[in-house]
Amino acid sequence: MYDKLWLIPLFPFLGFLINGLLGKKIKNEKVIGAIGTLAIFSSFIVSCKYFLQLLGDSQKVHEVIVASWMTVAPLQVDWGFLLDPLSGLMMMNVTGLSTLIHLYSIGYMHGEEGYYRFFAYLNLFTFAMLMLVMGNNALVMFVGWEGVGLCSYLLIGYYFEKKSASDAGKKAFVVNRVGDFGFLLGLFTLFWSLGQKGVWTIRFTEISANVHLLENGGLIVTIVTLCFFLGATGKSAQIPLYTWLPDAMEGPTPVSALIHAATMVTAGVYMIGRMNGLFAMAPDTMMVIAIVGGATALFAATIGLAQNDIKRVLAYSTVSQLGYMFLAMGVGAFTAGIFHLLTHAFFKACLFLGSGSVIHGMHHAFHHAHLHDDPQDMRNMGGLRKKMPITFVTFLLSTLAIAGIPFFSGFFSKDEILWWAFASTRGHWALWLVGAIAAGLTAFYMFRLVFMTFFGAQKTDARAKDHIPESPLVITLPLMILAALATFGGLLGVPHVLGNLVGHFPNKLEHFLAPIFEHTQHLHHIEAHGSASTEFSFMAISVAIAVLGISVAWVMYCKNPQLPGKIVAKVPKLHKAIFNKWYIDELYDALFVNPTKRLGTLLWQVFDVRLVDGLVNGVALVVRGTGRVLRHTQTGYTHNYAMSMVLGVVVILAIYVFN
Amino acid sequence: MITITHYMVLSAILFSMGTIGVLTRKNAIVVFMCVELMLNAVNLTFIALSSHLGNMDGQIFVFFIMTVAAAEAAVGLALMIAFFRNRESIDVEEFSLLKW
Amino acid sequence: MELLQLFFFYLVAFVAVVSGFCVISCKNPINSAISLVMTFFCLAIFYVMLHAPFMAAVQIMVYAGAIMVLIIFVMMLLNQGSEVIARYRHAVTGAFIAAVLMLIQVVVILKNGGVSGMVGPNTAEVVESVGHTELIGQAMFTDFLLPFEIASILLLVAIVGAVVLAKREV
Repeated sequence: MYDKLWLIPLFPFLGFLINGLLGKKIKNEKVIGAIGTLAIFSSFIVSCKYFLQLLGDSQKVHEVIVASWMTVAPLQVDWGFLLDPLSGLMMMNVTGLSTLIHLYSIGYMHGEEGYYRFFAYLNLFTFAMLMLVMGNNALVMFVGWEGVGLCSYLLIGYYFEKKSASDAGKKAFVVNRVGDFGFLLGLFTLFWSLGQKGVWTIRFTEISANVHLLENGGLIVTIVTLCFFLGATGKSAQIPLYTWLPDAMEGPTPVSALIHAATMVTAGVYMIGRMNGLFAMAPDTMMVIAIVGGATALFAATIGLAQNDIKRVLAYSTVSQLGYMFLAMGVGAFTAGIFHLLTHAFFKACLFLGSGSVIHGMHHAFHHAHLHDDPQDMRNMGGLRKKMPITFVTFLLSTLAIAGIPFFSGFFSKDEILWWAFASTRGHWALWLVGAIAAGLTAFYMFRLVFMTFFGAQKTDARAKDHIPESPLVITLPLMILAALATFGGLLGVPHVLGNLVGHFPNKLEHFLAPIFEHTQHLHHIEAHGSASTEFSFMAISVAIAVLGISVAWVMYCKNPQLPGKIVAKVPKLHKAIFNKWYIDELYDALFVNPTKRLGTLLWQVFDVRLVDGLVNGVALVVRGTGRVLRHTQTGYTHNYAMSMVLGVVVILAIYVFN
Repeated sequence: MITITHYMVLSAILFSMGTIGVLTRKNAIVVFMCVELMLNAVNLTFIALSSHLGNMDGQIFVFFIMTVAAAEAAVGLALMIAFFRNRESIDVEEFSLLKW
Repeated sequence: MELLQLFFFYLVAFVAVVSGFCVISCKNPINSAISLVMTFFCLAIFYVMLHAPFMAAVQIMVYAGAIMVLIIFVMMLLNQGSEVIARYRHAVTGAFIAAVLMLIQVVVILKNGGVSGMVGPNTAEVVESVGHTELIGQAMFTDFLLPFEIASILLLVAIVGAVVLAKREV
């Protein structure tokens, strides 16, 4: 039935091989782009087939073992794939978005040096991401986990001749390593502690079937889940490991859209969803996750308020939205978290691609006018809605979605998260408050971005002004599809109270994901309880907050453009702190990076130069001295060597004789 | 009655004489012939013991020793020709490039 | 009869030792070579006495026939035969002491230990009745087939090596 699942990751891998090995020879951009896109598209088609099959299947969890990887005493690790509603959704999400973004890249990357390299990496990334979401055991997941990290590094440093880009790549890699270390520790501890109970396994199905053997809420479960969460914070850019994501914007925009918004950074959320049974057993960890998620949502949103680089605003917005997802996971709203993951993927991919379209246009204009202005700086934009109508409309729709305007996709998912944060048995009103404030800030800075970019007077240099084109169809088509998804995607998971209003419109997503999450939520009594009227009032509050944020943005950036400057003048220190990202990078430099460097210097100058080199040189000196003495025995005359052989024989025989 | 010890002692004498030759002679070809003498002393012990113990393995060994000796003769003499071509001599005292 | 055999043994052994001594002591390499051929013949006689006639034949053909001819060719080629060699030996005392020590030790070991071991099926009577060559052949092509094949490769390598070494320009 599902035995050809391995085709799904195979196609991107083939694409990677062809483009990576032969791309330099092919040279023709159209062929390279077509190979890359078709590889992903084929795997999207296969994914669709299996996904539809899964929809119609009564049994929702399927494991397909392709080959044995290793067998170590009681542990059997396979190259196997797991298809259940959760991985099915992720699979569709990854292949679908990846197809669109590959298509977009054909236009966006046109004329770049190393075009084939870009497509090869992007294909490899999709392959690794599919391994991550489809792996049936934690090790295959880890292969994907590391693979996406590698591709992220390669693609952030795509413009490696730029120092900032290669530094950003290294930063992303190193910070991710910290998280991966946590992931591995968690995996080892889990493996060992389950093994103590007689179950040596790392397969997800077996883990969730046997997790009850561990002590509920005990120390081991808490440690394991905290370690896994550390892994998640690295990959998904949460406090304290979020700093790499904004810098990752040095990569090409399609990369930001695919890797740093829609797919890779949600791996942490997916991982928690995948191991929900384990996490639900550790209420303390869940609380940590919720608090970290909420704090990240708010914290990143504040930084987003004052950034001028269009992609950096989106990057902080991504960090903030990921915080929402973790908040949802932390309060036990697994379905809501995954739902937000999906809707966020839609609208954030659309926003990033839209910003890419804008940057593409600005770049074109500046290039045409031989200017060296920053095409990503929003202060150079303004009034673009007439120049780029399609980009503008799609961008606006997605912004409405992220701001939480009713009936756009973001509204449903964000609202459900906020409701659970308040009403869940593991929730707290403070978490809701943080989430709500962050939602208001999100609405504000996203519309600030829209107003600065698309409305108002055109601030572009006069020479470049008239040369800003609308992007070609290959760029705008993905935008339109994604905007449609961002607008209507929310209908997948309409909350029950709203669904009941229009006559039992079902929450399809919740129903679909029930086989994964319902058991856990039931077992640990995780539920949101409250009357329908309470839920409606909360909805009204969050809509009001969103509208408030938009209005403030409109007042500040459309109606009265001098206002922001006045506010900044009033609180210069606060603005400076926000503008410099609360000095977190500097803090990390002072706390971790510089001490490490100093330790390294110390070890180099004292330990390495004196001790290690001294040892090595000392050995060499001793050997040379001994050799100088002993070389006199080497006469070079055959007779002397023969004589010593004979004497050796005499000695050996003497031993025989005198024994 | 000829005993096995007779053959053993004889081959020991031949072997020792071969050793003296290898150690004292300077002409590389003579040294080579002394090595052949030592090999033959060993062959004699092999065949004597083989016949004494009624086991064919020793004689097969002799067969292989002869094979190796033939190969050695071919390669060794070719080496001497090559050496002579360079040095106009095959005195082993000239073979001292291996020293410090 | 046995006394005659013993006498014959001592006679041949004496010839072998004397010609062996000539090998190491003759000034002229050609004389050494001829003496060595003599030693080989004596050894062949011993092989016959030890019921190994096939080995005796091989001894004469391979050693006396092939290897010695090769050596003498090389000597003639390098013009070693007629050359007057002023100083043709060295370190005689040391070498002599070492060799004699070795000999004494071996004799002591032989005297103390004697020769014994597991006795196989191919006694002198069996060899007489079945035939030496047939027994050798059976052992060679059953138990020792693989070494036999490997020996052929060794010879091939030796041929190639000799050609490469002796050629002026490779």
